[in-house]
Amino acid sequence: MSHTFKGGVHPNYMKAPEVPVTVIAPPSQVVIPMIQHIGAPCQPLVKVGDYVKMYQKIGENPVPVSAPVHSSVSGKVVAIEPRPHPLGDMIMSVVIENDFQDTPELMPPLTEEQLKDPEAILERIREAGVVGMGGAMFPTAVKIRGGIGKVDKLIINGAECEPYLNGDHLTMLNFPTQLLKGIELVRIANCVDKAYYGIEVNKQDAINLLNSLGPAKYGIEIVPEEVKYPQGGEKMQVKAITGREVKPGGLPSGVGCNVVSTRTCYAIYQACYEGKSVIERIVTYGGSALKAPVNALTRVGTPFKYIAEQCGGFVKTPRKIVLGGPMMGICATSFDAPTVKGTAGVLFFTEEEDKNVEEPTCIRCGKCITVCPMNLEPVFMYMYYSKDDFDNMEKYHVMDCFECGSCSFNCPARMPLTHAFKTAKVKFQVRAAKAKAKAEAEAAAKEARK
Amino acid sequence: MSENKERIVLDVAYQPQVRTNTDTKRIMLNVILALLPALAVAVWQFGVQPLVLAVVSMASAVFFEWGYRKLMKKSNSIGDLSAALTGLLLAMVLPPTAPWWLPVIGSFFAIVVVKQLYGGIGKNFLNPALAGRAFLLASYAAIMGKYAVPGSLAGTVDGVTMATPLSYMYGGTALPEYFNFKSMFLGTIPGCIGELSTLALLIGGAYLLITKVISWRIPGAYIGTVALLCLIFGKEGYGNVEWMVYNLLAGGLVMGAIFMATDYATSPVTLNGQLLYGVGCGALTVLIRYFGGFPEGVTYAILIMNLCSWAIDKGFHRHQFGVTKEDIAAEKAAKKAAKEAAK
Repeated sequence: MSHTFKGGVHPNYMKAPEVPVTVIAPPSQVVIPMIQHIGAPCQPLVKVGDYVKMYQKIGENPVPVSAPVHSSVSGKVVAIEPRPHPLGDMIMSVVIENDFQDTPELMPPLTEEQLKDPEAILERIREAGVVGMGGAMFPTAVKIRGGIGKVDKLIINGAECEPYLNGDHLTMLNFPTQLLKGIELVRIANCVDKAYYGIEVNKQDAINLLNSLGPAKYGIEIVPEEVKYPQGGEKMQVKAITGREVKPGGLPSGVGCNVVSTRTCYAIYQACYEGKSVIERIVTYGGSALKAPVNALTRVGTPFKYIAEQCGGFVKTPRKIVLGGPMMGICATSFDAPTVKGTAGVLFFTEEEDKNVEEPTCIRCGKCITVCPMNLEPVFMYMYYSKDDFDNMEKYHVMDCFECGSCSFNCPARMPLTHAFKTAKVKFQVRAAKAKAKAEAEAAAKEARK
Repeated sequence: MSENKERIVLDVAYQPQVRTNTDTKRIMLNVILALLPALAVAVWQFGVQPLVLAVVSMASAVFFEWGYRKLMKKSNSIGDLSAALTGLLLAMVLPPTAPWWLPVIGSFFAIVVVKQLYGGIGKNFLNPALAGRAFLLASYAAIMGKYAVPGSLAGTVDGVTMATPLSYMYGGTALPEYFNFKSMFLGTIPGCIGELSTLALLIGGAYLLITKVISWRIPGAYIGTVALLCLIFGKEGYGNVEWMVYNLLAGGLVMGAIFMATDYATSPVTLNGQLLYGVGCGALTVLIRYFGGFPEGVTYAILIMNLCSWAIDKGFHRHQFGVTKEDIAAEKAAKKAAKEAAK
């Protein structure tokens, strides 16, 4: 049985998983944003002039949904001020002058007993600032904690279905044992007996390598999956491996599943066995603008401008900087923005990759319907969107779109479908907020009349 | 270097940042290519006139598209090749020896009245080429009903024009021996330019399936329905299987099923809707062939189903991912209970 889901597309994968992985030398200054996760922003723990060590915690927020941030170099704090963030906007960031000593401040590795204690592992996951490194950047400790008791199937996401990206693949090839140990920790933290590791078969070398290391003794089963985008979507992974379908508007935990990304598992290994916090990851640099595309171990906080220089500069003028893969990745607005924990790729695209047209006109071919992994009908959703017809947008389940981009990718007329649905979802949220405010105001007025 | 880079203006474009290579133009070009084998058969049987008709038809369709949009101060859309395709499709449903000016009139009706007046590509609700043919059938019935003798039958049949296989079948008389499975499959028969050779059409259809321009749903449901109904009902003087095969080979059935009924703008986009649409086309074709005023039913069957596409799509709105059969049943039960309670 081939493990997959219905719908999906086959983009040009453009993958170049070269071994060994190179290293982008740390820059003279790193910029560490205080938001590198979904949740409450961190408060800086250091002052300008302080000396900080590599791996040292420099920002945190005590509320549950948050993840601390750490320094990726050793050196002196030279500024704490709003700086360009990769996801747009100016965000409070700690700027550290690198002393190039890499003087570390490691946490003590967990003891044998602690490595079997879900609570200790979760505490360490939080402390090390581990977030969903597939790109969502949701604090992992919160995610796992929320699933305990509900989750009977733990799924590790090794699909890496986005074109260009190789970070997960290279992590499998370079650190297989560590990765399996990391997955074991996630399994223990989730209080389940078995983890299913879904890997697309275009990474057959990694599948063979991991299988040769006896994943069963870590409580892991490797599940080869069909190569198809968006196989790495949470809901698609759950469907492919367990056959269960996450309910509309629901989370995988609603059907007893939890999905954790490959890179997150490796970060958890590093946190628990080596006492390292999340300060670096393998990032894929690509796109037709770049002279020397590469997969390179990169410190968090390395500005894009510096990275481009390290990759030999540009052969063509880049028109956009895409963060993550080209299907779901969004565009950065500044060359000064740094990489963060969730940055799996930075792609410098020129007009060569761009296939948008000036006046896109739907030809009603229905190719969007055949590829939608959520069984939606983008052609009608878009029609109602352009008429601002909210009732019908709802009827056609626009809120179920998770913006994988398959419809837009496959659209011969180049309609901005995914973009429209993204906008529509925001409009729905605004409408809901307005309706709520109005209801509250009315309730207050009623109260006042009494 | 870094100074320069600061001045680069970055696009913040929509996701996804990559797109498939297959665009509208590529699709239209693929359909045009898929029609060439059928056109070649017509040239083989009738000489250069079919080619002249095809070229004139395409040129005039492109000209009307360009002229209308220029006049109306709209963007130029001839680059997407859809007008050229409409022109070619129109030529394919004309008799091979029609006068050169016939497709010009047909193209005008197809492009300006049927397509552009409703907003252009993707917005028309009738298949432009078929509507053009229907218009010409009504206006120039004599020309449209005259079918020249194909080259392969020149020695066998006297005269310049002859009856098509379908007209024999419509009349209920036995087919002459030169109309057999082989001649109808290869296309050595009289008929419209694009409906001669089932083989050539199937080659084109296979190309469209491989390049994913069309899916099997509409042609499969269409041809399957015609086959099934003919097999069941048969005809006096014919064996049931023989009658079925003749019905599949004769007239524009394969042409219509592969190239006309699959027209994007005028067929349903929902997957089950496409099946129903194909079944509808097939049933109407058989109905007209049995009981209609013409021998041929494909043109009107498809035009009628075109008009139903929108309603079919509405009816086949599907449930999203994550909604199971149990959920649907539960929802229905809840609705029913609410209705009962209201009573």
